[in-house]
Amino acid sequence: MDGIVEIKSSLKKWVVHITVALLVAVWLVPTLGLFVSSFRTTDQIKASGWWTALFTTEQKEVLRAADPDDFRVADGDVFTVSGNLFGEGSSKKITLWGPSSLASDAYVPGEVADLGDGESITVQANGDYVWRGNDDQLSGHGQRVFVTVRAPPEFTLENYHWMLFDKQNSQRMTKAFLNTLTVAIPSTIIPIVISAFAAYALAWMNFRGRALLIVAVVAGLAVPYQVSLVPTLKLYVDIGIGKSYPGVWLAHSAFCMAFAIFLFRNYMAGIPREIIENAKLDGANDFQIFIWIVLPLSIPAIASWTVIQFLWTYNDLLTGKVFLIDNTGDNIILTEAIIRMLGPYAGQWAILSAGAFISMVVPLAVFLTMQRYFARGLLAGSIKG
Amino acid sequence: MSAIKLTNVEKIYGGAVKVLEDINLDFESGELIVLLGPSGCGKSTLLRMIAGLETITSGTLEIEGQVVNDVPPAQRGIAMVFQSYGLYPHMNVHKNMSFALELAKKSRQVINTTVTQAARMLQMGPYLERLPKALSGGQRQRVAIGRAIVRDPKVYLFDEPLSNLDAALRVATRIEIAQLKESMPESTMIYVTHDQVEAMTLANRIVLLTPGGRIGQVGKPLELYTRPQNEFVAQFIGSPAMNLIPGEVVGTGEQTSIKLENGGVAVSAATTRSSEEGLKVNVGVRPEDLVETDGDCIFEGKVSITEELGEVTLLHFDRVQDKDAMVAKLPGIHTGLRGNSVKLTAEPPKIHVFYEGVSLYHR
Repeated sequence: MDGIVEIKSSLKKWVVHITVALLVAVWLVPTLGLFVSSFRTTDQIKASGWWTALFTTEQKEVLRAADPDDFRVADGDVFTVSGNLFGEGSSKKITLWGPSSLASDAYVPGEVADLGDGESITVQANGDYVWRGNDDQLSGHGQRVFVTVRAPPEFTLENYHWMLFDKQNSQRMTKAFLNTLTVAIPSTIIPIVISAFAAYALAWMNFRGRALLIVAVVAGLAVPYQVSLVPTLKLYVDIGIGKSYPGVWLAHSAFCMAFAIFLFRNYMAGIPREIIENAKLDGANDFQIFIWIVLPLSIPAIASWTVIQFLWTYNDLLTGKVFLIDNTGDNIILTEAIIRMLGPYAGQWAILSAGAFISMVVPLAVFLTMQRYFARGLLAGSIKG
Repeated sequence: MSAIKLTNVEKIYGGAVKVLEDINLDFESGELIVLLGPSGCGKSTLLRMIAGLETITSGTLEIEGQVVNDVPPAQRGIAMVFQSYGLYPHMNVHKNMSFALELAKKSRQVINTTVTQAARMLQMGPYLERLPKALSGGQRQRVAIGRAIVRDPKVYLFDEPLSNLDAALRVATRIEIAQLKESMPESTMIYVTHDQVEAMTLANRIVLLTPGGRIGQVGKPLELYTRPQNEFVAQFIGSPAMNLIPGEVVGTGEQTSIKLENGGVAVSAATTRSSEEGLKVNVGVRPEDLVETDGDCIFEGKVSITEELGEVTLLHFDRVQDKDAMVAKLPGIHTGLRGNSVKLTAEPPKIHVFYEGVSLYHR
């Protein structure tokens, strides 16, 4: 009997582990692929899958010697064209090569291929070549060389440079990045200031109508904020702030207020009554209790809400478009910028993935650092048990 | 001038539930008063009303002659120690104790001296930098007491402070509280508990509250023990509880004879008038006051269970009809009494007579 129970429970454990591993893989693998692709060029991406990029691979390439009309050098009564098939600074290694598609791996590096009538070409492992021939042979197009190449992982920061810093890029993301932060940070801080006070009052102050107010807050959770977009914008225009940063800050703050008050109120109400009563006996008024006792003890709730709100406003498109983005193009935010990128850069996967990761890096960083602030067990030790 | 005076105090919740009624109390300064009673009798509510954490529905509360019904808790000159300590979890011991003084804007020097003094009194010196979660239960309790001491109040209020400690620690802390009171002879302390032993050992006077929220009796611990004024007090104090046997008064005068339902005759030192002959009363006698006898007895019965504790032997008798079984507590070791028929009697002053719940000694 025990044996069967053991088998069953270890089987269940394995099923759980494997399911979790699969789910993690489903999320991680495409993200990893995008990340790796952002460091490659579009050509590389088209040529091979990202999973090969991490290892040295063997590829077949067709390269051309330099244009002989421009580059041939006289050497007695023959001409030579020399150079490197790969261009500058490549660490690829040629393992086999040939002058024609039929003989693409006929020669090893260092050998001389006889192209007939005294024309020859020799190719070294690092791509250096010397092409000899007379006037007729060394003219027109550069000689094609078919190579089998061992290419070590080759990465580039080109894409990021283009997306962030290159002034020629009209879709440059730096401005959008800063604008998004200008929207997200105040939209996270302003609601905390307001809702923390409201939550304390609803949790620990006795006044008429408190129960009704709490119900109103909960009811506010059920209202979709989209219904107020048009009227609110109309109001902003009427009072003169129109589309602007203060407008979008107020909009974000208002839309999240019900949830914030609800969350903080419930958390604050969970603080043991004796602690608040002790503070009252010590002579603290409501404001002092709020600042010195309740607020410090509410930091876990505030920290987790801050992460949620920051990520929400950072990733938001609709509220930004309604209350901020206008025709000048100066107020563009990251989400909007990404949409606009899809036009000119369609098909340029390297650029697109770099852009995607630029927009992802801040939420990732925020999430990973703020995790440490969830101080569990902060209330342990204040009451018995 | 009395330290605390309650006049006709009542507490009603929601206009309907009366939890305290007809509370009239007068405490002198320097007393340690224990509010004793079963769960739900309103003793904690009464304490919180004195503290200002609950409103007083009707009646007046005076602290040192001043009516404080509407005065906020911090200005009443009281300090409270809660059952679950109520320490600020995010502040260390020093900060916990100094918080009140900082709110009162005392100078840093005064704060430090006061805190160090209180810490020394409670032997909490080495722990000043620790957070509550790094302290044991007894240490947390001492911080809670230290926080009260630091405020130098006129009245200390303790709300079941020992309930959360284990048995051994309870005894040790009880002695500490007694010593603390000795070191502060002018301070008044009001102490709430449901534990008789704490009440009997610590109190100068006990206020025993009934389940209905009324005062059962107020008096010194031994007074409540030897001269309970009513049946509730008689059966609450003392363990095992006092035996109550129904009977009828057959002889009146300086001593009263009562014929008991079970056939025995009890002679009590309570005086009765001749007109009270035939009164239906309950006779109360404590288990420890019963002695074996061969002659006239109050009670004769067969022992059904004995509990030999070494120090005493408890004899439990068969139930008669549906009354509670009689219990006797004999000193020392008595073996082999199980199943035997035993005759018990007690001295007249130890025999209480209750007419309609009120003791005839209390007239």
